[in-house]
Amino acid sequence: MRSPDVQEVLLSVEGVSLAFGGVKALTGVSFDVRKGEIRAIIGPNGAGKTSMLNVINGFYHPNQGSITFKGQTRARMRPFEASRGGIARTFQNVALFKGMSALDNIMAGRTLKMRYGLFWQALRFGPAQREEVEHRHRVEEIIDFLEIQAIRKVPVARLPYGLQKRVELGRALAMEPDLLLLDEPMAGMNLEEKEDMSRFIIEVNDHYGTTIALIEHDMGVVMDLSNRVVVLDHGVKIADGTPDQVKRDQAVIDAYLGVAH
Amino acid sequence: MVLFGQFLEILIGGLLSGVLYSLVALGFVLIFKASGVFNFAQGAMVLLAGLALVRSLDLLVANGFPFWTAIILGLVFAGIIMAVTAWLVERFVLGPLVNQDGLTLFMSTIGATFVLEGASQMIFGSDVYPLRLFPTDAWFLFESSFPGGILVNKLDVWGGLIAGILVAGLAIFFQRTKTGRALRAVADDHAAAQSVGIPISWIWFVVWLVAGLVALVAATVWGTKLGVQFSITFLALKALPVLIIGGFTSIPGAIVGGLIVGAGEKLAEGFLGPHIGGGIEYWFAYVLALAVLLVRPQGLFGERIIERI
Repeated sequence: MRSPDVQEVLLSVEGVSLAFGGVKALTGVSFDVRKGEIRAIIGPNGAGKTSMLNVINGFYHPNQGSITFKGQTRARMRPFEASRGGIARTFQNVALFKGMSALDNIMAGRTLKMRYGLFWQALRFGPAQREEVEHRHRVEEIIDFLEIQAIRKVPVARLPYGLQKRVELGRALAMEPDLLLLDEPMAGMNLEEKEDMSRFIIEVNDHYGTTIALIEHDMGVVMDLSNRVVVLDHGVKIADGTPDQVKRDQAVIDAYLGVAH
Repeated sequence: MVLFGQFLEILIGGLLSGVLYSLVALGFVLIFKASGVFNFAQGAMVLLAGLALVRSLDLLVANGFPFWTAIILGLVFAGIIMAVTAWLVERFVLGPLVNQDGLTLFMSTIGATFVLEGASQMIFGSDVYPLRLFPTDAWFLFESSFPGGILVNKLDVWGGLIAGILVAGLAIFFQRTKTGRALRAVADDHAAAQSVGIPISWIWFVVWLVAGLVALVAATVWGTKLGVQFSITFLALKALPVLIIGGFTSIPGAIVGGLIVGAGEKLAEGFLGPHIGGGIEYWFAYVLALAVLLVRPQGLFGERIIERI
């Protein structure tokens, strides 16, 4: 278990409820994410973890409750406003731009950092071109960091799953986010790939100081990586605390093992 | 030698007229690539662009503007009209339908077609308006080798040149710029594109704007050839076999498909026509497209369709 260095709150979720028709995905969920920590969201299948991430990054608009990010409170916003504010994410089922190379995928993550508009881009010389080169440098650094130099020109559809996940992480990192949301970064990986990915996550957190909120099923990974854990079950928060506290919590044990009613 | 000369003449004429089909097909490919929507309104957009150009041109010339100034102003005006159209389409037709089924979006472009056709003729008039931007006479090449030489239309050569420049420009734009990358990103995955901060509505506007400008270019060439008139919208039907042959997602495919259709139908008319009766030109392209569909449903250059189950 690792310890949080800073106590400042970066993101706080207050009483968020979300329903699709009659199905309640989230009910009055509140928790916060402190600056610089790795925060895990866990829970059985269908607990509302991904819905929670989708609310944070603006894909879903909560029916009730609010979200405060970097001191600004809001009830709803659009995904590209979330990314403009500094929230990047990866997806449970890798969502890369399949036809494009690994390099282009990560370059796409720089979209918001590039300032020159259509006019200059159409000209193919001048500031837009210089800008493209500058960003290419940053992207190459990320590629080095993730150790994917060898595959950068390969169309991502051809890459094995583990590498696709890594490229997707690279695309999110290219945005230089304040908050990085990872939806099951290790799902479907073998042990070695999991270890690599854990190492990258810790390094991103240490090296760039990026705050990370992640969803994960592998309890070993969650206990190793995260500073604090929030547990959801059927859209309701049932526990919140350090990995050790959560592990001993009776409600959590019941939710995971099932309990006779 | 006479036969070979005739073959060459028909082949060159066919290839060049094929490039003109490609010009129209390009507009379809752009929108399909970037949004997965088959835009039925592309033909109507050619009509709108042509009418806006020719009518403003007539007005400017009648008011004593020199010809070249009038052309530039007319092109700018037509460009603005296409930009406004792109904005309106995004705002009122596609915008409210984000995340809907492809077929729903396709139906909505059929609706847009009728609105565009009606509105453009209501605003700019519904006659046949002659457009004289390019020379329409012909060259006679190799007169020493072939009796009478080989006839090549200057307009067709101009059309070929313009299409070539357009394709090169679009290819660079799509492959090497931020917006190009964003366009491809949106086509691949809406949610992922949104997560990296690409505003989808802006991207759709850009796509429809580019498709509108391609329609304008097509209108300059086709308007010179046929006069700007309602029947120009039927070009969309000629673009269909081009797309099926070349593949809906490939810019080079639109060019090659155009060349195959153009050369194929002219050669069939010239050589098969006398034996089985004329009028082959009008259906030959569709038969070609059908044959391609049987062998390679994704078209010659289209992305292979792989369904994972």
